[in-house]
Amino acid sequence: MKSFAYVSARDVPTAVSAIAGSPNAKFLGGGTNLVDLMRGNIEQPDTIVDITRLPLTGVDLLPDGGVRIGALVRNSHLAAHPLIRSRYPVLSQAILLGASAQLRNMATVGGNLLQRTRCLYFYDTAAACNKRAPGSGCDAIGGFNRNHAILGVSDNCLATHPSDMCVALAMLDATVEVESTRGVRRIPMNEFHVLPGDTPHVETSLAADELVTAVELPSVAVAANSRYRKVRDRASYAFALVSVAAALEVTGTTVTQVRLALGGVSAKPWRATKAEEVLLGAPATEESFRQAAAAELAAATARPGNEFKIGLAERTIVAVLRELVTKGDAA
Amino acid sequence: MRVNITVNGEARQVDDVWPGESLLYVLRERLGLPGSKNACEQGECGSCTVYMDGTPVCACLVAAGQAEGREVRTVEGLASGDTLDRVQQAFVDAGAVQCGFCTPGLVVAAHDLLTRTPQPSDPEIREALAGNLCRCTGYEKILDAVRMAARS
Ligand SMILES: Cc1cc2nc3c(=O)[nH]c(=O)nc-3n(C[C@H](O)[C@H](O)[C@H](O)COP(=O)(O)OP(=O)(O)OC[C@H]3O[C@@H](n4cnc5c(N)ncnc54)[C@H](O)[C@@H]3O)c2cc1C
Ligand code: SF4
Ligand code: FES
Ligand code: FES
Repeated sequence: MKSFAYVSARDVPTAVSAIAGSPNAKFLGGGTNLVDLMRGNIEQPDTIVDITRLPLTGVDLLPDGGVRIGALVRNSHLAAHPLIRSRYPVLSQAILLGASAQLRNMATVGGNLLQRTRCLYFYDTAAACNKRAPGSGCDAIGGFNRNHAILGVSDNCLATHPSDMCVALAMLDATVEVESTRGVRRIPMNEFHVLPGDTPHVETSLAADELVTAVELPSVAVAANSRYRKVRDRASYAFALVSVAAALEVTGTTVTQVRLALGGVSAKPWRATKAEEVLLGAPATEESFRQAAAAELAAATARPGNEFKIGLAERTIVAVLRELVTKGDAA
Repeated sequence: MRVNITVNGEARQVDDVWPGESLLYVLRERLGLPGSKNACEQGECGSCTVYMDGTPVCACLVAAGQAEGREVRTVEGLASGDTLDRVQQAFVDAGAVQCGFCTPGLVVAAHDLLTRTPQPSDPEIREALAGNLCRCTGYEKILDAVRMAARS
């Protein structure tokens, strides 16, 4: 690990001014990703601004029925919070299916949003990786890409965003609030992460000096009937090969509300708008679910190593929707 | 830099800490508490599990500065005097230890589980210990130990 200066910030103005004008400085949340990357010399900040003492730890009900979550709320605390468990079960489930108890206890909401990819070549400083070293190439393209993306990929990078939490946030149309010395800005979750294109080292629309201060969830009635399903190589403690966050309302036999997002398939949590369009107003049948899943995955581009993800994503979408129909009936 | 931490109930002041050191390093190399183990240093194995402000964390991923002013409890802080904690005793009685490298982390994780969920089901035990890897025992004896501790 390279040497760096350590600053601990007690309030937001101190944190954002400590980072302003230092392009090589980084905020330190729970550290479960950044400390690891620094130890491997993949990230080499010259200054660390420790934000774990910022008073951004609330989970509060908003007047319009939404919920505001402070950026320093620990993942385990958020998953266990009664407001989240009752109104947004999909978010609680997504968090609890990620990492381990020890890591969730330390990881923060802001850090989870900004965690880096788990592409093996990104971690291996001897490998070519456009994300870690822009212009060096991409060893995943002709190499081991079983875990890699099938939607929104470019010829420069196939990496996925590994977060489970973010898939639920995308499905819920969350908003990310950010702050810098220039002021406060609100970024819709679906615009927060960006596709790789020619610049895979740019992963979000956040500027280097902006601090994530909060995530806001709108009031989403249909989220009461929501679910997160994660498919992975072992039953627990592994990143998603494919995951699905979904919410569904069926009136009579017709789909009257639907929200769908996919994880493990793209550099961003993938809001499945094409599938949503097919489903809205359609009969709530296997046939519609299959058509919707196929419509979303029609644009997928796979390599031999990750081709299986297309069928897996389609089947997982159908399975989750089927479950939500049954659950909705019972409710 | 200087870091002040309460470790196993005792206020400790540690000087000349390099900011890149982890809480695990501070505990083992500067405070003489080698119970928590350093195995993967990547958050993957749980051998370094300690309580920080009452919740189990991977000490290998906690930067030294983050521990400033916090309360840390390590596996060394579980026994009262010469009497082992019931989880430690159960690990001995069930034969849940082979090389022992994973044991301190598992003991802390199991201790936390039983504090929150006194009578856990088998799936609950498995999920709570998912972040602790053991390369020797095959886990069956570890599950026995946790069940035994829950009964005692
Ligand atoms: C072994 C292992 C298994 C894992 N498994 C999973 C899994 O299955 N699913 C899953 O979703 N995740 C998984 N994770 C990842 C884990 O969820 C992330 O490491 C964690 O959420 C990061 O949060 P943090 O607060 O520790 O971030 P940090 O490590 O502190 O920071 C990560 C990045 O975010 C930036 N940052 C942090 N907070 C802010 C802020 N408020 N504003 C601006 N920038 C900020 C930092 O500068 C850094 O670049 C796993 C991690 C490990 C080590
Ligand atoms: S897929 Fe992206 S992160 Fe992985 S090696 Fe290629 S450029 Fe790097
Ligand atoms: S040494 Fe910390 S998790 Fe393995
Ligand atoms: S007893 Fe050897 S790793 Fe668990």
